[in-house]
Amino acid sequence: METYDVIIIGSGPAGLTAGIYTARANLKTLCIAGNTWGGQLMLTSLVENYPGFPEGIQGPDLMMNMRKQAEKMGVEIIDQDVTKVDFSKPPYKSYTSDKTYQSYSVVVATGAEFKWLGLPNEQKLIGRGVSACATCDAAFFKDKKVVVVGGGDAAMEEALYLTKFASEVTIVHRRDSFRASKTMQDRVFANSKIKVIWNSEVTDVLGENKVEGVTVKIQDSRSNIQCDGVFVAIGHTPATKIFAGQIDLDVRGYAKKEQESRGIFIAGDVHDHIYRQAITAAGYGCEAALDAERWLGENK
Amino acid sequence: MTKADFDQKIKTGVALVDFWATWCGPCRAAGPIIEELSKEYAGKILVGKVDVDHEQELAAKYGVMSIPTIILFKDGVEIGRQVGFSGKAGYLELLKKV
Repeated sequence: METYDVIIIGSGPAGLTAGIYTARANLKTLCIAGNTWGGQLMLTSLVENYPGFPEGIQGPDLMMNMRKQAEKMGVEIIDQDVTKVDFSKPPYKSYTSDKTYQSYSVVVATGAEFKWLGLPNEQKLIGRGVSACATCDAAFFKDKKVVVVGGGDAAMEEALYLTKFASEVTIVHRRDSFRASKTMQDRVFANSKIKVIWNSEVTDVLGENKVEGVTVKIQDSRSNIQCDGVFVAIGHTPATKIFAGQIDLDVRGYAKKEQESRGIFIAGDVHDHIYRQAITAAGYGCEAALDAERWLGENK
Repeated sequence: MTKADFDQKIKTGVALVDFWATWCGPCRAAGPIIEELSKEYAGKILVGKVDVDHEQELAAKYGVMSIPTIILFKDGVEIGRQVGFSGKAGYLELLKKV
């Protein structure tokens, strides 16, 4: 079996930036990109805060550019999911459904996964009123009532975007204040189409073939809100399931960075729960690549 | 595909239809994969696209409320759908329903 210098698991800004750097440094690099490659930016529209694009750039276009750049540098990319890893001793093994790959070092850049509420009827009605992407789906809710679940920046953005189409937007949040930035909160509070239900939880999504409402639990009482759409924005969870027992994780499942001494480098949202930006992920990818390059120089 | 030719096109055989719009990020991610499939399955299945901005009636008729939605038809009858960008493997999985 051929041994790569670096295997990068993940293909968001962190993974692809790492690849651009390692391949450019002449390290034999494989990026196992995942079946849905490109990460969270593939599910966004206009990105206005990634430097170098004064008019903004579509998230998927940004990722396609990064991928092209990585391929041009010589990164080998496969669009499959890693199903299992064995990092017990070098060379480190990464398994896909039909193949095994091995490498002297690894960059873990699997990012974070979208979090659903986890209600049975929610899953059944995805695409029939339940959505995770207001910029994709808001237009289907013209003059309709929608509910947004969450209290972070993402929830504020979804709610504000929905006001362009929906007649009424209700944010259901389980605490008594938002975690979102003040700027976003101010915009939400200033918008007359948005109302907020505090200290409450969505416990069921109603409807058979399409969303007809949600059940909301406030303290011990439950009530139904009639609506046509439910937009979920309760955040992300680090994609580290396949690494359990193989790398150090913190209590919330985020990968810890302190494993560089054995040639395992961590980059992007899989570790970073504070900044979570495309540009910080790319920065972490660069950092991981430079660290890997130095480590390989000393240890390979 | 448009309202004018849709029914005729899906009436016989297998058709894979991508409901999308220009402004939808995930649709741009799905687009190239759908095109790949249309080449790989050329002559076997019909692969078509419906722009939901122009074809709101078709989107409503098939209950499309989220894009991308890929619907698989056999002889004019829906036999499966995949909502959201699900990668090539997701669409191949859908095609197994034929």
